Amino acid sequence: MSGGLLELIDVQTYYGNIQALKDITIAVEEGEIITLIGANGAGKSTTLMSISGIVPPRAGEILFMGRRIDGVRPNDIVALGISQVPEGRRIFPYLTVTENLDMGAFLRKDKAGVRKDMEHVFELFPILAERRNQPGGTLSGGEQQMLAISRALMARPRLLLLDEPSLGLAPIYVRLIFDIIRRINREDGTTIFLVEQNANMALKVAHRGYVMETGRIVMADTAENLRNDEGVKRAYLGM
Amino acid sequence: MDYFLELFFGGLTRGSIYALIALGYTMVYGIIELINFAHGEIYMIGAFTALIVSSVLAFAGLSGLSVLFLAAAAAIVYSAAHGFTVEKIGYKPLRQAPRLSPLISAIGMSIFLQNYVMLAQTSDFLPFPSLLPDLPFLSDLEIGIGSTEAIILMTTAVSMVLLTLLIKFTKMGKAMRATAQDRNMAMLVGVDVNRTISYTFIIGSTLAAIGGVLIASHIGRINFYIGFIAGIKAFTAAVLGGIGSIPGAVLGALVLGWTESFATGYVSSDYEDVFAFLLLVIILIVRPSGLLGRSTAQKV
Ligand SMILES: Nc1ncnc2c1ncn2[C@@H]1O[C@H](COP(=O)(O)OP(=O)(O)O)[C@@H](O)[C@H]1O
Ligand SMILES: [Mg+2]
Repeated sequence: MSGGLLELIDVQTYYGNIQALKDITIAVEEGEIITLIGANGAGKSTTLMSISGIVPPRAGEILFMGRRIDGVRPNDIVALGISQVPEGRRIFPYLTVTENLDMGAFLRKDKAGVRKDMEHVFELFPILAERRNQPGGTLSGGEQQMLAISRALMARPRLLLLDEPSLGLAPIYVRLIFDIIRRINREDGTTIFLVEQNANMALKVAHRGYVMETGRIVMADTAENLRNDEGVKRAYLGM
Repeated sequence: MDYFLELFFGGLTRGSIYALIALGYTMVYGIIELINFAHGEIYMIGAFTALIVSSVLAFAGLSGLSVLFLAAAAAIVYSAAHGFTVEKIGYKPLRQAPRLSPLISAIGMSIFLQNYVMLAQTSDFLPFPSLLPDLPFLSDLEIGIGSTEAIILMTTAVSMVLLTLLIKFTKMGKAMRATAQDRNMAMLVGVDVNRTISYTFIIGSTLAAIGGVLIASHIGRINFYIGFIAGIKAFTAAVLGGIGSIPGAVLGALVLGWTESFATGYVSSDYEDVFAFLLLVIILIVRPSGLLGRSTAQKV
């Protein structure tokens, strides 16, 4: 297999002596939305943190645009074009909304482009424009999620990793967030790796999906096939 | 009234020096949650560097402000190099270790640096030249402030303003604040956290070196142990103000300086240090997170 934007090959990641990822193999093509679903504690966040270099794998390979990135420092991985919106949003609480967005563009040198992208973000989410001088920590959960996604977009990533963006949000925000994910993918051509417990929504926006159980990938198929799979329906779609 | 003003300016001067050193404690704590016990030694090394360089320059026939600026520059470079190195060899390898480990390493670094200066120099007090210029117009004003005190205040004020601008507006300053608030998230937006931490040590050491040169000129003698005493006072100031908070460190330092000055001036000079620590105990009982400290784990 080659030519994919991102490839994980037999990735094994540990926390101390505890193995969280067991031979994970995932391939993501340029331009698609893939989703990784699974129960709490399955290893979804660890997968994203391994890709971003925060918890580097102990064995296996991660390739981005054909280049090995396992063992590369997190800041250099961002520079290659991978941004992450981590679980729990992780807004810098004492930086203002504008400063949070600036941090998203930390590695960019094109000041004019950054300013233009910030205006674009403010068009996408007018509420953030209203709150631009407010500390990030004072925003509501939904607003923080918009800010977290916007901050990641400020880096102009080729690949966007999203970790449970709908977690804990009111239904109106959940719909908004999934709409935005679709738009980012269609309009900017950004490839999206979406981790979700909300399998229902995730399998609606994604093209393909992987199912994870206790550190292993147990299923990989198109989103449509997964949606119609009896096992997936029972375990993750609550049917 | 004159006596009051004298004590007021005395306390302000003391507080300024404490502030210069306290900032190093609070910034390092803000970013890696470590009490850097070796920080007082960085200040002491700054004073020794200035002493050696100014002696050599005086021997070479230089005098006046050029000696002051060259000695201060050398002190800053040498202290910053020590601060940088202490972090790299003493703390960085222990970043994933339990919190007690870097703390013990910090105490070790402090003891090591004290002894290294003691062996390289001497344990005796050495006279420190009065490098700061005389400002005769001040004594004409008769407001109870001397030249040295005025220069200390001015230098401290300028340092604080520069530090504030750096932290608020530069890329490195933003990286420092982001790293202090959420280190992994800072990495996820592309901040080189190792470099950011190194910068924090360099900036803290620079301020400590400036403090070292100022106070050594003011008091007129130094030995290897001055860093320990000043370090404890500055640490007290940082905790008083709320460790991790930059304005807190400055406020805590000024409160401490005034407390010491007024208490020794009006009550008794025998118990100078007692007042300082009494104040600390009271503040910690009333406001455990310090004057401007945030009650949660967040800082800077
Ligand atoms: N920082 C950590 N230290 C130790 N174990 C961890 C850590 N983070 C996650 N784990 C463990 O790794 C496994 C996978 O966790 P995680 O990737 O967060 O799962 P998910 O995102 O699918 O809920 C779990 O068993 C979890 O307890
Ligand atoms: Mg998770």
